[in-house]
Amino acid sequence: MTKPSTKDLLVVEGLDKAFTLHLHGGLRLPVVSQVQFTVARGECVVLDGPSGVGKSSILKIVFGNYRPDAGRILLADGDRFLDIAGASPRAVISARRRIMGYVSQFLRVIPRVPAIDIVAAAAREGGLEPQAARARAASLLTRLNLSERLWRLPPATFSGGEQQRVNIARGFAGHHILLILDEPTASLDAENRDAVVELISERQASGTGFLAIFHDEDVRARLADRMIDVSAFSMSEAA
Amino acid sequence: MTPRPYNFAYLDEQTKRMIRRAILKAIAIPGYQVPFASREMPMPYGWGTGGVQVTAAILGPNDVLKVIDQGADDTTNAVSIRAFFVKTAGVRTTTDTSEATIIQTRHRVPETPLREGQILVYQVPIPEPLRFLEPRETETRTMHALSEYGVMHVKLYEDISRHGHIATTYAYPVRVADRYIMDPSPIPKFDNPKLDDCPALQLFGAGREKRIYAIPPYTRVIPLDFEDHPFERTKFDAACALCGATDSYLDEVVTDDAGGRMFVCSDTDYCEKRQSDKRKDAAE
Amino acid sequence: MSAALLAAEGLCKRYGAIQACRDISFEIEEGEALAIVGESGSGKTTLLHLIAGLMTPDAGEVRYRTRDGVIRNHSSLSEAERRALMRTDWGFVHQDAARGLRFSVSAGGNIGERLMALGERHYGRIRASAAQWLERVEISADRLDHAPWTYSGGMRQRLQIARNLVTSPRLVFMDEPTGGLDVSVQARLLDLIRGLIAEMGLAVVLVTHDLAVARLLSNRILVMKDGEVIESGLTDRVLDDPETPYTQLLVSSVLAV
Repeated sequence: MTKPSTKDLLVVEGLDKAFTLHLHGGLRLPVVSQVQFTVARGECVVLDGPSGVGKSSILKIVFGNYRPDAGRILLADGDRFLDIAGASPRAVISARRRIMGYVSQFLRVIPRVPAIDIVAAAAREGGLEPQAARARAASLLTRLNLSERLWRLPPATFSGGEQQRVNIARGFAGHHILLILDEPTASLDAENRDAVVELISERQASGTGFLAIFHDEDVRARLADRMIDVSAFSMSEAA
Repeated sequence: MTPRPYNFAYLDEQTKRMIRRAILKAIAIPGYQVPFASREMPMPYGWGTGGVQVTAAILGPNDVLKVIDQGADDTTNAVSIRAFFVKTAGVRTTTDTSEATIIQTRHRVPETPLREGQILVYQVPIPEPLRFLEPRETETRTMHALSEYGVMHVKLYEDISRHGHIATTYAYPVRVADRYIMDPSPIPKFDNPKLDDCPALQLFGAGREKRIYAIPPYTRVIPLDFEDHPFERTKFDAACALCGATDSYLDEVVTDDAGGRMFVCSDTDYCEKRQSDKRKDAAE
Repeated sequence: MSAALLAAEGLCKRYGAIQACRDISFEIEEGEALAIVGESGSGKTTLLHLIAGLMTPDAGEVRYRTRDGVIRNHSSLSEAERRALMRTDWGFVHQDAARGLRFSVSAGGNIGERLMALGERHYGRIRASAAQWLERVEISADRLDHAPWTYSGGMRQRLQIARNLVTSPRLVFMDEPTGGLDVSVQARLLDLIRGLIAEMGLAVVLVTHDLAVARLLSNRILVMKDGEVIESGLTDRVLDDPETPYTQLLVSSVLAV
């Protein structure tokens, strides 16, 4: 087991995950085995591999959304490291509020809540006062080219690209030092992709680490400091 | 000598003891409703059976009894009850408040100030002040036990929000000895101040509901109110047409069918005394 | 390490032959939202009533940390203390608003009751507080003097919430708060609840059969079946990566629109 260095934000080692489908006679579907990698401050690490190999699953395990069968997920918390794999729900919630953020592939739509309120709520959770949170939300949505007339509307009727930009704005509204991104630019056109890339670069420059999946070659080329081939860890048939 | 068909004051001695025990408990816990085994009386519920049982329990052969109904000695209720006690106890009766030792009343407090040694017996229809908002007896008992009286102020709040002022004009709830909240029976709120620090003993009897409560002499009795809507005594615009009093509770009497009316003292004894005093003054 | 706000240990409750709760233990911290989910008959409502002090367990205990830091066992609380906690520290939002409101009393009276019970005696101030809270739960101020029987279902629930929150409780128990409401009304109500939880740092224990409500409002979840806790943990983890057969069944049975 490696001792994490002070520059590491995230150290993943020995990660195993398999799904057991009890509704299908206990069918066991192994996903990944012995996953190992690190993410340092200001680094953008990209997970690579064909569809179905387990990239999204790894992101979800790191975020605490899936529980691994074995392994450690060491997240830098001040001068200590917190192991997400064995952490209590409370500790994970705290880590998500203060340290790591997550931008999913699709916006999970909460009915009837306006787009700007969704983003402002995330900013509030990050510690901002209501006025400041709203201002931050507005600035992020502006940067992501979301038309102002949409801000007061609930995202349910938005296009995929518009919804995703709300999702991204929400993910970036806090002050997380580690951001996990699952295909954030998949449904965006070139102009909006650029806006996202700029946003990421800026945050990277200020020390935020990124663990991401990007399908677009161009985006990868501009952002990735390191690529990790997940096929090396995959147990699925896609590998 | 032919034996009297009734025991003194109608009730048997054991019943009187039971009622007196309840009265003693009530005096020991001012404002607290003491349950008692209310007896079947020769008058229907709603006609003062509670008051009559209390009076019967405390009446002695040397007592002087006054009975009033809405302040008057000569209305049906007062006349019947007075006759009842004359028949069953043979006690002396009077219309003079200052002469009486026991005064049984329905819905008024006499204007003439009471003195030590007198007992005022009130007839009570619904003893529970919380009943209108909380129909469950089990719950109201717990509320009294735990002094949970928030709901009482809710009622007053509702009055103010609906009418701009506390609209309760009779049976105005009071707090007794800083502890229990009590319904003073349907006396006009004009009379509420008379209950406070009164030299006489005040007893309350509810026959149908089977409760007795009491205010010992010189007890604090404070009407409930809000800081910014304090309790206000009713003021009348008129004086009594018969005796000229400006400080007594007035009844409105319709005199003809053309809208004519006059205001007269509800307390007939008080009014008559004032009138006879005026005549005496005039004669001198 | 600070003690939990509320701790349940080994709770058991039976109704005759039916074991509604078997040996249930868990803790709630300040500011945490815990959902207790399960199907009808799982025992979740019984559990809620046990921890809210509305029912006595056959075995086990419930401990609550009062504002002065003292840890009290529910069974050691006198009736007076329990009721006082119910008025100050705790809230209870019922599924049926009629159980949680005085229907013949105006909205202002309903919200102001707790304040009056705690000794507030200034009509103007009570009315102002009530009006503020009405606004906070997004009911128009001109409804302050109207009674709940004139309100819609969603408004009644919001009024119930205002009535409970006026004394800034630390812990709120909710029993299917959006049950029976129209879907469109549910969404706004859920968002209101979410916002208030975050703003006021409330701890919430929420009983629901609706997994979507649990996902939206809670960060931890207990899944109950036949009086037992089948699975527990982070809400999104339990719903996205369920480990036990029953939880997998429950999650896969939910219809998505």
